[in-house]
Amino acid sequence: MPDLADDCRRWQDTTLARALERSPERQTPFATESGIPIKALYTPLDVQGSDYRDGLGFPGEFPYTRGVYPSMYRSQLWTMRQYAGFGSAEETNQRFVHLLEQGSTGLSIAFDLPTQLGLDSDDPRAEGAVGRVGVAVDSLADMETIFAGIPLDRVSTSMTINATAPILLAMYIAVGERQGVAQKQLTGTTQNDILKEFIARGTYIFPPEPSLRLGLDIVEYCLREVPRWNTMNIAGYHIREAGADAIQELAFTLANAIAYIEQARARGLAVDEFAPRLSYSLGCFRDLFEEVAKFRAGRRLFARIMRDRFGASDPRSCLLRTFSGSCGSTLVSQQPLNNIVRITMHALMGILGGHQAIHTACWDEGFALPSEEAAILALRTQQVLAHESGVANTIDPLAGSYYVESLTNEIETRAAAYLEKIDAMGGMLRAIDCGYIGREIRDSSIRQQQAIDAGETVVVGLNRFQTPGEGDPAPALFEADPTVEPRQKARVAALRAKRDAGEVGTSLAAVDAAIEAGRNVMPAVIRAVKAYATVGEIADIMRRRWGEYRAAVQL
Amino acid sequence: MRGRKLRVLLAKAGLDGHDRGIKIVARYLMDAGMEVVFTGLRATPEQVVKAALEEDPDVVGLSFLAGDHLVLAPRVIDGLRQHGLADVMVLLGGVIPKRDIPVLERMGVTQVFLPGTPPAEIARFIESRIGQTH
Repeated sequence: MPDLADDCRRWQDTTLARALERSPERQTPFATESGIPIKALYTPLDVQGSDYRDGLGFPGEFPYTRGVYPSMYRSQLWTMRQYAGFGSAEETNQRFVHLLEQGSTGLSIAFDLPTQLGLDSDDPRAEGAVGRVGVAVDSLADMETIFAGIPLDRVSTSMTINATAPILLAMYIAVGERQGVAQKQLTGTTQNDILKEFIARGTYIFPPEPSLRLGLDIVEYCLREVPRWNTMNIAGYHIREAGADAIQELAFTLANAIAYIEQARARGLAVDEFAPRLSYSLGCFRDLFEEVAKFRAGRRLFARIMRDRFGASDPRSCLLRTFSGSCGSTLVSQQPLNNIVRITMHALMGILGGHQAIHTACWDEGFALPSEEAAILALRTQQVLAHESGVANTIDPLAGSYYVESLTNEIETRAAAYLEKIDAMGGMLRAIDCGYIGREIRDSSIRQQQAIDAGETVVVGLNRFQTPGEGDPAPALFEADPTVEPRQKARVAALRAKRDAGEVGTSLAAVDAAIEAGRNVMPAVIRAVKAYATVGEIADIMRRRWGEYRAAVQL
Repeated sequence: MRGRKLRVLLAKAGLDGHDRGIKIVARYLMDAGMEVVFTGLRATPEQVVKAALEEDPDVVGLSFLAGDHLVLAPRVIDGLRQHGLADVMVLLGGVIPKRDIPVLERMGVTQVFLPGTPPAEIARFIESRIGQTH
């Protein structure tokens, strides 16, 4: 396009240059939040060399840039998935029933830290943490309460659980069975992404190798027994929240996926058997166009990896099905109602990015677990966008924007460069182990902080447009119920007294035997949870075999 | 004033694994010329006190984001007192409801830093306080 290039230069040197003399640009340089330079104007010159069929194609077809499904939101809107789970099992049950009545279409459970770390509520290490950041689950009895009156064949449930995922999934299967719902009918997701715990979130128990083994036991078991279950949700969200930029988030998420897929193949599973049940989650941060471009680039890069690197032939193996999360770290305590606007932007990024499920944060969640009013508002935000704004009426509406397509190409190129570097280091396990990934994330988080300090990154209400005399933020807070911990301790003590101790012992021994023999632990864990063995007791069997992992301290 | 650099022990007590904030604070304190030691994740209050005995810090900084501060912070403070480290300044950072701040101060916490605090402000606070008390 020689003529256009000439025209473009002419415009720059004359029309634009004259205008800038009178009114210079308000900042230099312009860049995306991940540091990609942004030009004043994008034209067809910025996307020349891209072939439409090859780079974009059609929704539901390779390389899926425009969407993983052919009709996207014109057939079915995304799942509006709200995260809940706090205090006791009864309270979580009430919140779930309420959310379902309000039109929520999927459940998402947060577990408290002791449950995530395989500690019972009466373990001394659990003190102060029971029922805090999620619901406390000690045994199947708690899970039965959480899902009382909620038929598991009619909801899909996402469980944010990693190190103890086999135990919690076993409980979900057992609840279904007691309701008369066969495990083959269950739908939902276990996060079950342990690698990001080692690099971003810190909620690991065992060393990496046995941790990976447990994760893959779920993949393998569900393949045959719970075929509609999404066995892993490989999460970039937490990597982003730990401080990575958009490019690192995408690259490290895909690097984790590659590591899992390689491990599964090493177990003898064929890629097309298990890959269709893997799902992904990515964060929605601040920069609208960069985030949308990240999701589009992610779909294309992933599809190419699956086809070219792993030889996937089932199209479903190549789909980067995503759940998007509102990044809580973008929310600000100062002038907290502004967060409602930020969260609306997050939902918009998710919709324009073509996600299969979208989570919207609650405006008050920077201070405590969200109030019920804020949780409903988060859901209403999605409903307003879905039904009033028109943004969901055509597929991939930002495609063809010279800017968005150029960003999509650039993010794909930069993420692919990270993947090459990680491969050269010997793969993701090595890159994590040698501290490379942790350093990259930490350095990025420090750069972001420095940009806020310098005022280069503007955060409304925090470093600009502050309210004089606002003082420390003190919104109405969800009060953690101080009676939850003693109640939960009493409950687990009562459970231990009345269950069949013989079957508990036998079933725990069977878990141990499965570990020793190198068999898939799921059948034995299901048996143990049905005997009301606790999360802590089952995790203790594993701790005795594998020990607890202590990460090297890296500052 | 002492003839040595200010020493700061940073700790994640409890089960929460989010260490983005504490690592940023560590970097800013080091940039301000302080010596910083970090316990790593999931330290028990006893381990924090033990580290304080070994490292002889001027300041112990605890990060809490999971709501367990009222249970764990007093254990660290009591442990420091029992081991003759009552003069070590204890700072808290993280997600702390405002109503808990006076409670923590009565327990012996010198200052609580809330989300949005510029990390350099924490370094300046330490310098001003230790300067005042020595």
